[in-house]
Amino acid sequence: MESVEYSPNTPLEYQSETGRLNILGFWVFLGAEIALFSTLFATYLVLVGRTGGGPGPEELFELKGVLIETFLLLTSSFTCGLAIHYMRNHSLKGVFLWIGVTLALGLGFLGFEIYEFVHYIHEGAALTTSAYWSGFFVLVGTHGAHVTMGIAWISLILIQLKQRGLTPDTTRKVFISSLYWHFLDVVWIFIFTAVYLYGMVM
Amino acid sequence: MSNNEQTNSHSHFPWSHLIGFGLSIVLTLLALWVGFASDFSFRTIMIIVVILALIQAAIQLLMFMHITESDSSRIQVGTILYAVFIAAAIVAGTIWVMSFGMHNMNM
Repeated sequence: MESVEYSPNTPLEYQSETGRLNILGFWVFLGAEIALFSTLFATYLVLVGRTGGGPGPEELFELKGVLIETFLLLTSSFTCGLAIHYMRNHSLKGVFLWIGVTLALGLGFLGFEIYEFVHYIHEGAALTTSAYWSGFFVLVGTHGAHVTMGIAWISLILIQLKQRGLTPDTTRKVFISSLYWHFLDVVWIFIFTAVYLYGMVM
Repeated sequence: MSNNEQTNSHSHFPWSHLIGFGLSIVLTLLALWVGFASDFSFRTIMIIVVILALIQAAIQLLMFMHITESDSSRIQVGTILYAVFIAAAIVAGTIWVMSFGMHNMNM
């Protein structure tokens, strides 16, 4: 590949060597995250059915709550994509608006998830109840912890964006955090399928 | 491969995002229908919904995350495909090994 430098149309986040390498590095990190979550999925799936006489998922899972969480996170992934679209049209306002919506939806997701966890614990299904619920809370909880992390991280980036505007540095940070956010939705698709659908259809 | 590809969509309506979002919703509803309203066997249901999940993950990677847009797109796609292989090996391998001789256990 010849070393033609970027056209003026190239997104800001790709205009520096650091930006390009950071983005590539983040994709490698996401590869490691896939491996991390796969071990939790494997553990969970092996422990399905090991409820030790306690409540099972078919008694506690409720489709309505799961669907609300799923559509909140799915929509937040979409609005996060819109934020990047506006960022590339150099619209700082658009970025703030859509990242704001994304964070609000993310918080909504977290709220419903915490409510769901508290509900399970009240029904006698806690982390220490049985092997099954340990696997459940560790898998779904690790995802929830990632979402919490993402909300805090993106909020900090918004502050920097407010201070410095759209520069190659700040756009790189926004873009990388958007990859992280989309990735969390990808993980949720598999949690929805392997944990909730599986648990309710079984 | 150039890192300018996505710029074609500059200042246009974000169609690819909208289509990706629509497809994700359709795939989620389809998975629900297969799970709760179809007459397939449990095994068939799980195979179909896992395939639907994989398609939806691919949509996220291609239409939202633009995995193919940069100069390093081949490395990025290679990394993710390798990670997916590792994940499949870990999950399938673990289930296979751990369910060995299960029928002898008193559960």
